[in-house]
Parts: sequence; C-alpha cells; structure tokens
Amino acid sequence: MASRAAKERCDAGYGVNNTGKAVFLDFQDAFKRLGREVVDARYGNLFDMYKEITDVDPHEEPMMIYPAIHYTMGGLWVDYNLMTTIPGLYAIGEANFSDHGGNRLGASALMQGLADGYFILPYTIGDYLASKFKEPKTDTNAPEFEAAEKAVQAKIDRLMNIKGKRTVDSIHKELGHIMWEYVGMARNKAGLEKAIGLIQDLKKEFWSNVYVAGETGVFNQELEKALRVADFLEIGELMARDALNRNESCGGHFREEMQTEEGETKRDDENYMYVSAWEYKGDDVKPELHKEPLKFEFAHVATRNYKD
Amino acid sequence: MNFTLKVWRQRDAKSKGHFETYQVKDISEGTSFLEMMDILNEQLIGEKIDPVAFDAGCHGKQSGPVSFDHDCREGICGACSLYINGRAHGPESGVTTCQLYMRKFKDGSTITIEPWRSRGFPVIKDLVVDRGAYDKILQAGGFISVNTGGVPDANAIPIPKKNADESMDAASCVGCGACAATCKNGSAMLFVAARVSSLALLPQGKIEGARRAKAMVAKMDELGFGACTNTRACEMECPKHITVSHIARLNREFLKAKFKD
Repeated sequence: MASRAAKERCDAGYGVNNTGKAVFLDFQDAFKRLGREVVDARYGNLFDMYKEITDVDPHEEPMMIYPAIHYTMGGLWVDYNLMTTIPGLYAIGEANFSDHGGNRLGASALMQGLADGYFILPYTIGDYLASKFKEPKTDTNAPEFEAAEKAVQAKIDRLMNIKGKRTVDSIHKELGHIMWEYVGMARNKAGLEKAIGLIQDLKKEFWSNVYVAGETGVFNQELEKALRVADFLEIGELMARDALNRNESCGGHFREEMQTEEGETKRDDENYMYVSAWEYKGDDVKPELHKEPLKFEFAHVATRNYKD
Repeated sequence: MNFTLKVWRQRDAKSKGHFETYQVKDISEGTSFLEMMDILNEQLIGEKIDPVAFDAGCHGKQSGPVSFDHDCREGICGACSLYINGRAHGPESGVTTCQLYMRKFKDGSTITIEPWRSRGFPVIKDLVVDRGAYDKILQAGGFISVNTGGVPDANAIPIPKKNADESMDAASCVGCGACAATCKNGSAMLFVAARVSSLALLPQGKIEGARRAKAMVAKMDELGFGACTNTRACEMECPKHITVSHIARLNREFLKAKFKD
C-alpha cells in the first residue's frame, strides 16, 4: 500500500528530487522514539547503501524513496520432483514457480535455493538418472540437435539482418515502462488490455526495426541482449495475460477492481483457488491456460492481517 | 557533467589492442559508472544507425559498442571489473565498479578505462576478460564433502560465533579478480586465501582440509598467476575489504598440509 501511495503521489506531480520520482521517508521521529543506535542496528546497512548511492546521509536529511520491481512471482512449471515438462530438464530455485504462491518476501530466494537444492533435488534427480545409466550416449548429430541449432541460427540471422533504426536498449526500456505502468503494483482490466496491445505493437517494432550492432560468430553482447529482449517481450505479454485472467487481488498481484474499503487486497477464493500454468502454443499463438486447483488439507485458508 | 573517455578496444584475444577516445556529455552526477558506459554505448550504436545525429567523436579503427562485464549492479555478483584511472574498480575504496558514481570524478576530466591486466585473465574483447581461471581454482579445492542420505539436524554442528563471523568475512569475496589485477606479481593469493580461510574456519570440510590449500595453490600457479610478496596492494583494492590475515591463514594451512606429507 505504501508503494502504491508513493507512485500515486509522484504520478499526481507531487514527487520530489529533480526527477519528480521520489517521496520523502523521514527517520527523525524514529530516532527520537527508539534512539539512533536502535534504528542503526536494524537498518544500518541500508543507511550506508543509501549514502553510497546518493551522497546524502539519511540521519541528517530525509531519504528519498520510490518503489521499484525487484522480483517477479512464478516461473517454469515443475512437478513435485522439480522436473519441467521436458523429461530430464529440472528447474530449481527461482527459475521454477513452485514454492511461493502469490508473493515473495525477504530471503525467499535463499529459502527456495536451499529447499530445492539441499532437500529435494538430491533425492529426485538421482532417481531419474538411475534409469538412464544403461542408455547409450545421446548423439549430438541427432536430427533434434540439428533442428534446434538451425532454429537458433535462423533467429540470430533474422535479428542481425533487420538493421533498423531502434537500439535494443530503447525497446527494452519501452517495454519496461509499459510493464511498470500497466502490469506493475496496481493493475486493472482496461490497463492490462492496453498493455497487451502495446506489447504486441512493440514486438512488431522490435522484429522490424531493431538494430543489433556487431557481428555473429564472435563475442557480441548486443546480440545476447537482443535475444533476451525478444524473450522479455514474450514473457511480458504473458504476465499481462495472466494478470488479466486473475480477476482477484492476491499476494503481490493487486487488481484495483478487487480491494477492500481500506485499499487492501481482496481475494476471490471461490473462483481463483488455482495455480495458472500457461502452455506455450507457438509464436503469435495465444498460450493455453491449465488450472491446477489448490487444495489445502492441513493449513487453514485465511486473510493475512498486518494490523494486529 | 562532461567527460573525455580513453577506452581500451581490442577485437579479440589475439588482436592487438589500442585506446579510443570518446566524449560523453550531460551526464548527471548520480549516474553510476556503468550507466555512463551504457550511455556511451547508446551513442556508439546510434552512430552506426545515423552517423550525423549521434557523434561520439569516434572515428577510430574500431567502432560499435564497447563490451564490458556487468550483471547485478548492486555489488554482490562480482561480474563487473574495469581498471579506471589506473585502479581496480576506480578511485573509491570498498566498492565495485557498479557502485561507483560519476560525482566522484571532476567535471571535464579525462577518464582512462582498461580491462583487468593479468596473465591469468586473458582479454576476450574490449574490457571483458576471461576469469574462468578463478572457477578452475575453486574446482581444485573450494568444496566440502558431505554424506548422502538424510539431511543433518540444523544444530548438530555448533560453530563459535567468532569463527562463523570470520568465516563469513572471508566468504564475502565475490571473486571479481581485482586482487590479481592489482597485484604487481599478478597473484591470485587473496582470492585463494579467502576461499581456503572461509572453509578452514568451519568444522565442515575437514576431510579434504589438508588437500585443499595445496591443490588450490598448485592450480593458481599452473594457471599463470604469480606468487605473493606481501605488498598488500590486493587488500587496498578489494571491494569487499578481505584482509591479508586470510593469506596468513592460507599459509598456515599450506604448511600444515606440507608437514603431513
């Protein structure tokens, strides 16, 4: 809620700093109430970091803050053994969707890394490999390998030959602005529909007017970036579609249409008690939604209360 | 702010490198060094698209964007490098290049940017070097053996707080390579010491304890890194403040292993 409020004030033109994209966070009252030592013990490293970046000491002047995306929920679909839909391909840690549901909090990444890497994978991957020892080595000249290599090479050649007028960075940034504005902290139906259209247009712009500097066959960071941005355009559109489908507020996903009188998230357990698994159906084809129902046998489903 | 940049350009490991001079203008003080490099690259790519609208003043032998390493941009991944005005990670102490801000430079000044210069880190392109040697050193001994089967109880192996803290200090090494790049002997001693020391302080990994120091030092020598002559330049430039006391611990571990032979 605090983040949404900060963005709302800045959008309304009340932001501080020369960018207008910041609000003040003043610690003076906290210092008076708890003493500087207590506050430093809790947030000292953040104060140091802030001073390093801005050259301003937050003990003396209020901090200037603005929300930013540092995380996305979800990831590759995996089964209970952490294997993806491709046999033998495992996804662990933050690459998979499995552990966190609608929100991720501090140290979630560490927890998932440990849970998957230390507790689960050592048991499951060996089980898969055990049945494979007697199989002959896969031949890298197999038709599947050649087809995959050809497809990647064709994608690279296509990118390099566009020779348009837009840099890869400029399209990446434009995508970022669309996501931030319409698929960010607060979402609504009209905004998400608009975002899908904007991303599709940007995708067309990318594939017809991007300029990828440098050559192929050598170390080329621009090409690497272009391939990533091509993927970001796909995943960005998918995120907007998923957010549009989920007409409830849940965890980090806040639909403006679904909030309490106090502006808190409002779930709709009757209709959305499922995990959305989207199946890729090919380029420019709508992905297919598979609903995996969430069943709770021991935990009691409730609304989190931060107030008491 | 405006800057003149002298940037090392090198087509690949085998080509001869040279400096190119570029101008960047209207850089705000809060811009990070790597963001400034991004701005330069947008200019250099723009020049390719439309040579008139974007003029970075580059008419040299090698055009196009400058390659440089970067990833997390918050000082924890160890990907960024750069020798800036003759110092690893630039003029600030205790920060990586990504945490360096343009306000630390004088407006109108010339900034010289080079890749890590060390035999152990061959140049891949421009400012990007191959730091695979550090991975190879780690593979030689930077691991511990654990029994398979059930996961041990969380409190089964008590570790004194002092040891845990000291081990964590050593473990804060991000493997950026500034130590070897700074060392006049091109020694990776501080890196190896941080890894060995971090594990030597813990009860885990005692099985390969004696082997570890010897194996990692031998690998470091094999990969072309020099020997340590205790100048402590590495400690001065380490963005994570790893101290040479860990080198002392490495030497102790190394000697202990030798006596066991």
